[in-house]
Amino acid sequence: MGLDQIPATFLTVQIEKLVNWARRNSVWPATFGLACCAIEMMATGAAHYDLSRFGMEVFRASPRQADLMIVAGRVSQKMAPVLRQIYDQMPEPKWVISMGACASSGGMFNNYALVQGVDTIVPVDVYVPGCPPGPESLINGILTLHEMIRNDELLRRRTGPALEVKPA
Amino acid sequence: MTGPHDGWWVLGSALKVVILFAATLILVMALVYIERKVVAFMQVRIGPNQAGPKGILQTLADGIKLFFKEPVTPRAVDRPIYILAPLLSLIPMFLVVAIIPFGNSITINGREIFLQGTDLNIGILFFLAMSSIGVYGITLAGWASGSKYPLIGGIRASAQMISYETCMGLALIPAVMTTGTLSMRGMVEAQSGTWLGFVPRWTGLVQVIPMLAFFICAIAETNRPPFDLVEAETELVGGFHTEYSGIRFAIFYLAEFANMFTISAIAVTVFLGGWNGPGFSFLPWLWPLLWFFAKTGVLVFIFMWIRASLPRFRYDQLMSLGWKRLIPVLLVWLLLSSGIQAWINEASNHVAGG
Repeated sequence: MGLDQIPATFLTVQIEKLVNWARRNSVWPATFGLACCAIEMMATGAAHYDLSRFGMEVFRASPRQADLMIVAGRVSQKMAPVLRQIYDQMPEPKWVISMGACASSGGMFNNYALVQGVDTIVPVDVYVPGCPPGPESLINGILTLHEMIRNDELLRRRTGPALEVKPA
Repeated sequence: MTGPHDGWWVLGSALKVVILFAATLILVMALVYIERKVVAFMQVRIGPNQAGPKGILQTLADGIKLFFKEPVTPRAVDRPIYILAPLLSLIPMFLVVAIIPFGNSITINGREIFLQGTDLNIGILFFLAMSSIGVYGITLAGWASGSKYPLIGGIRASAQMISYETCMGLALIPAVMTTGTLSMRGMVEAQSGTWLGFVPRWTGLVQVIPMLAFFICAIAETNRPPFDLVEAETELVGGFHTEYSGIRFAIFYLAEFANMFTISAIAVTVFLGGWNGPGFSFLPWLWPLLWFFAKTGVLVFIFMWIRASLPRFRYDQLMSLGWKRLIPVLLVWLLLSSGIQAWINEASNHVAGG
């Protein structure tokens, strides 16, 4: 019997709640900045906005220990395979935030050099709009992700369409 | 090892082991949280405050998350060693806890129980041996990962640890000469009492330079900043634990913090008088415990303080600090200290012999 066939009884649901609580409170991002949005991401991690409140100040250099990839900035065609490789190296469960207009849709760069939206390469959980989004926007995106993790199932099913999430 | 070795003694020892193990685990979890908070306050941040009241459950959340995370085993790894390496770095740290004297003794039912796992007559050598074995965990983790950055991290670890192991041994010899014993409890008892009625007879007040050198070596031994070249993120991604994920990575984390605590406790025992301190007749067993943990807490705080303040050393600077500065100074100090000790012994023999 696989884990996905365990029935949702009282005990398993409590475990699921506990695990989701832990996952929500310990989302370690990968150290991965692409362009100007990364500056805003660093500002979010710095003293004034302080991501460590959510236990997120531990940006992991190794993707093996990361839970979240914040695609901060435009993704060039050359960067796309690198980005995908880093995503593949991250162990499950993992989440992706597409930060800013360029990562989400190509933004103002509608040309041959740039990927028109990072969701063509990796599955994206939360899109953060802005050019670049300020720290408040990114934190709002992270809180939306927290809400999403809270309602998540213990085993994520990558095959289905992205979950619909109401804003936090 | 006082008293008859009957069933009660066995039961008591087993109980001690369980308590020490559980207490160390809880202490390590607390230390991770305290470090994140202390560093946050030093950087004018808030630090974890979302998981539980004031964020005190942050480490628990991290632990549960890592436990339920996919443990990746890359194809290129040397499987048995890759799995064994985290345990190899954790277990020696827990073994060292067994020889630390946490306090004096409790008398329960007419039986004197020492607040110490066991009092080995070669306690300090046991500590040195265990901290040397701990190096293998890190080196083999780097070796078995089958990729280049962990390998460089592992090689760095072995060079750094061997260098600073030498310093640490040299720093401990003067302390052993002053107290005249290798047993941890014996060292604490040799440091009881005062000079001139108010200066405590701590070894560290005589052997100042060995004490400072020991502390520098302790930082290098535990791979803490500014000597954390083994996991230097700017150069080596994650160093020796680059390829580790999930619970295996958590074990390395646990080992680092357990190591920080045990090495502070050893420093307190050897140089800062252990559990000696003013006591009161009310609950006489409690005060030594409090003194011990207060002193250890100060040292652990200094570890965190240094981590928040200093940038990382370059590798050649690290090596030259160890071999060209600390070791010569310690060798000269050892010569002086042993000469003075021999002279004192000679003088007291004359007085005693008449």
